[in-house]
Amino acid sequence: MALSTRSNFAKPDDAFRAIVEAHRGLTEAQSADLDAALVLVLANHIGDLDVLREAIALAKRRMLDTSQQQQQQQQ
Amino acid sequence: MAASTAQAKTQFGYRRHPDQDRSGANVAEHPVVVVGAGPVGLSLAIDLAQRGQRVVLLDDADRIGEGSRAICFSKRSLEFWDRLGVGDRMVEKGVVWSVGKIFHGAAQLYQFNLLPEEGHKRPAFINLQQFYAEAYLVDRVEQLPDIDLRWRNKVIALESRNDGVALTIATPEGSYQVHASFVVACDGARSSLRQMVGADFAGQVFEDQFLIADVKMTAAFPTERWFWFDPPFHAGRSALLHRQPDDIWRIDLQLNPDADPVAEKQPENVRPRIARMLGHDKFEFEWISLYKFQCRRMARFIHGRVVFAGDSAHQVSPFGARGANSGLEDAENLAWKLDRVLRRLSPEGLLESYHIERSAAADENIRESTRSTDFMAPVTKQEARLRQAVLSLAEDTEFGKRMVNGGRLSVPSVYDTPLSSEDRDDWRGGPRPGASMPDAPVTEQGGGSTYLTDVFIRQGTRFTLLEFGNGVAADIPDGVGTIRVGGEGGLVDAQGLAGKRYDAEPGTAYLLRPDGYVAARFRNAARPALDAALARAAGVS
Repeated sequence: MALSTRSNFAKPDDAFRAIVEAHRGLTEAQSADLDAALVLVLANHIGDLDVLREAIALAKRRMLDTSQQQQQQQQ
Repeated sequence: MAASTAQAKTQFGYRRHPDQDRSGANVAEHPVVVVGAGPVGLSLAIDLAQRGQRVVLLDDADRIGEGSRAICFSKRSLEFWDRLGVGDRMVEKGVVWSVGKIFHGAAQLYQFNLLPEEGHKRPAFINLQQFYAEAYLVDRVEQLPDIDLRWRNKVIALESRNDGVALTIATPEGSYQVHASFVVACDGARSSLRQMVGADFAGQVFEDQFLIADVKMTAAFPTERWFWFDPPFHAGRSALLHRQPDDIWRIDLQLNPDADPVAEKQPENVRPRIARMLGHDKFEFEWISLYKFQCRRMARFIHGRVVFAGDSAHQVSPFGARGANSGLEDAENLAWKLDRVLRRLSPEGLLESYHIERSAAADENIRESTRSTDFMAPVTKQEARLRQAVLSLAEDTEFGKRMVNGGRLSVPSVYDTPLSSEDRDDWRGGPRPGASMPDAPVTEQGGGSTYLTDVFIRQGTRFTLLEFGNGVAADIPDGVGTIRVGGEGGLVDAQGLAGKRYDAEPGTAYLLRPDGYVAARFRNAARPALDAALARAAGVS
């Protein structure tokens, strides 16, 4: 694993809050634009394709699990 | 809309050949028949003939196609054409360029230089209409008695045999048969030979339509490749401007996927668009066409004794100049191998390396040009959003600029190939085995300036050892050429660029293949290691 999933922030709540607050007051389209730019900026900062690929894989697994759970709840 | 072909002969005559009077057991036997006299077929035929092979070259037309096709020829292609004796003519006529600019809206995002360093014989690119390139190649063919170029000879049937291929060829005077040990199909994207061997040609079709217009005008634009995302004159789409010889400018406009091709092609509809782009309407149309493109390749480039090269084997989108240039790389890769196999110097298995090397190159070209195309024409809403983010980040970040993809221009592939010998010594730079030879300026003992690529040509474009002198000449096997840089009697590396580009120390040696690719390299070339590398590169071991 090249991707670190340990907790890297001294105050994780601050990091989460910073991202959430960046989206406050935005429309869904603006939020999506912001996320797109943010992902690219962060990906470049990481600068490691293996880490990026693992991060994408992890995010995608979470996304698929979440949408599966939502489907089951609807049934 | 007549293309300006005044300076080049483009019309040729059908002539009856004695082969046409032979039939049954008496049909003519030829070592190699090349089908298709485009840039790839012509170049391949010349390379083979210069190696001493007799070549029959067939083309179903009797003229060089006019109009707007390939225009960008790469440094690597020019170096290949130098070996064929046509490089100077191409460069004299062509428009030399190395700088590209990318605009977003009205503002320039960034510019790149494809050859920022001095000391290369050839520029990064020239722009030259394909019909000029073909005409110069035909002129060269006519100087070579070993090439028998037959116009209006169309292959209509192909039968594979163990020891070759039987071809049935239609002419204005009826059809005839020949037998060839090898056939090379350079008959283009709609290759009929590909259909005759029953091969499929699967890949991705892009929905976006592009309009190509070649216009004649005198303009003060610099000789650079200009690419726009969302330009003010063509909102929401992309555009490309390229200069060609004879005051011709290539304009490429992306259209909407649902644009009506018939209406879009009408000069009265194209004219206002281009007038908006140029800021005036003082231009004449030379050519207008509309196209959609595909990225695809054959699963195998070799079918028995039929070998496919150029567009018949692979097709890419035009962004990156990877079509004609990769076809020319196919030709130079194949010529020396086919020559060795025909002379029985190497087993037929050597040809498999052509498939391995060039199909991997085709995959790379398809990957690169697909990425460019997807960037220009995002498929989904989210892709469009990511692209927009890249374009806006590019305004003030370096990483954003480098992520903008307005076409990644053709560079030679580095081959992972069974012909290469693995590095055993330590290298900090220089071309690794499988890479093409970098050029560098050197001075001859008499004081004349030349280039490594030219010295390589004078060695006969055979296996050649490029040595950096340490006083003791390597023990070189028979038939292998030598280029010595430094040391007594060697070429002088006055600027130190040869040494730098090859990470050379005294005693460093590179074994070059006949196509100028590195087969192996040594800090000290001992004879057994050299023999082994040579055997491997020739497909003998």
